Amino acid sequence: MPEVHLIQPGGLRVTLDVPVGTSIMQAAVSAGVAGILAECGGSCMCATCHVYAEEAALARLPPVQPAEHEMLACTADERRPNSRLSCQVKMTDDLAGLSFTLPEIQ
Amino acid sequence: MTDIAANIPVVDFDPFSDAFLTDPYDYHRRMRDAGPVVHIPKYGILAVARHAEVHGVLNDWQTFISSAGVGLANFRTEKPFRPPSLILEADPPQHTRSRTVLGRILSPKTVQQIRAQFQEVAEALIDRLLEQGTIDGVKELGEAYPLKVFPDAVGLTEDGRENLLAYGDMVFNAFGPRNQLLINAAKRVEPLTDWIMTNCQRQNLRPGGFGDQIYQAVETGELTETEAPMLVRSFLSAGVDTTVNGIGNALWCLANHPDQWDKLHANPALARQAFEESLRFEAAVQTFFRTAGRDCELAGVPIRSDTKMLTFLASANRDPRQWQNPDVFDIERRATGHMTFGSGLHGCVGQVVARLEGELILSTLARRVRRIEPLGPPTRRLNNTLRALASLPLKLHAA
Ligand code: FES
Repeated sequence: MPEVHLIQPGGLRVTLDVPVGTSIMQAAVSAGVAGILAECGGSCMCATCHVYAEEAALARLPPVQPAEHEMLACTADERRPNSRLSCQVKMTDDLAGLSFTLPEIQ
Repeated sequence: MTDIAANIPVVDFDPFSDAFLTDPYDYHRRMRDAGPVVHIPKYGILAVARHAEVHGVLNDWQTFISSAGVGLANFRTEKPFRPPSLILEADPPQHTRSRTVLGRILSPKTVQQIRAQFQEVAEALIDRLLEQGTIDGVKELGEAYPLKVFPDAVGLTEDGRENLLAYGDMVFNAFGPRNQLLINAAKRVEPLTDWIMTNCQRQNLRPGGFGDQIYQAVETGELTETEAPMLVRSFLSAGVDTTVNGIGNALWCLANHPDQWDKLHANPALARQAFEESLRFEAAVQTFFRTAGRDCELAGVPIRSDTKMLTFLASANRDPRQWQNPDVFDIERRATGHMTFGSGLHGCVGQVVARLEGELILSTLARRVRRIEPLGPPTRRLNNTLRALASLPLKLHAA
């Protein structure tokens, strides 16, 4: 199973095995990772699954759809060019080994 | 009605009967145990009651479409009782148009702006009820609060707001069969229909409110003149009776589980989580339908095009395949992933506002009230879709 790394604001790194087709959010919630709230359960409606993607990931991630774009305007922490909602990023083999940093607040 | 494959487990009860609606949980368990997909011959439909399949159906909007109606009626073969909703009973691209605008109006950003106002109303209401001591938790809190804050935010007139309760009750009954519940609800609403339609018009909506913001989207070309009043109607049908019951059910759960109340009272910061858990435990919205848009397969079961699929949201919320001790009400549980707001593309567009209302009521109660004492059993208000209470006698003990 491909892995991704989630980096807590304090630097702590959690590695998750994510089945292909599962969203990074789902994998993080199942593993009980603190810092991903995901209140809406992946409906792209709460902006509490916000992550920052590493530079190398940007080109490989699926493009931001309009709904995600709108919702990214509602993140609690600063929106940056590499901001994504982890519920909208489904795992593919191509994403294996990438890192996402969690924001200070959701 | 489509012809359904023979080897699917059959359940012989009526999910819209009084017995089922009064106490659905044992029926839910029997459906989950019967198989991932079950056949309900009484209505010629298939149903899913396990979390995985409920989630699966709701997230596969290309296969399990909404434009044929999210109630029992199949709009591809039957005439809908009202013009279909442009968001609930629509597929992309229509759904996307509506959703983009409503999603922006009801966004977490908006919640930050309305929070202080909603908080103030919650505090004033609960202070008043505390002086009173003995209350009907449904009428005086569960209904009173959403009927004040939400129509205020939409920008609706003060007069006749209680009409929204009857309207919501009818709309949610109408997702079921034409049984006595629906007939009675429709009778109550008939004289109110004009009021509803009139109040969807721009001149009757306060400038700047959610309703007016929909009309602003007409000015920018995102919506058409005819779409705008229809989307205001969606606020009025879906925005009140749902939160009314979300709050009523949460009060009932907490009054009934004093140990959980004590935890919340000791730590009001648990309010948001407690509301979430009560949404899971006593789902205000119990079911929705989808329609197979083409021949397909689900969990190995072949499904013919046009088959109506009933998704038991409330059953998914208590599926032991998904949750540990699902029948235990535990406000410290991480209840994220419950299906009460649906899931995926059609997940409730008002959910951040619903959560705000629930959180503020529970956190204000937690700070001001030491104990919620049930004064006798609640009475139910049966509805084909909603889990609703008619009354909930309570005594509030001040902290
Ligand atoms: S989980 Fe709510 S937006 Fe991602």
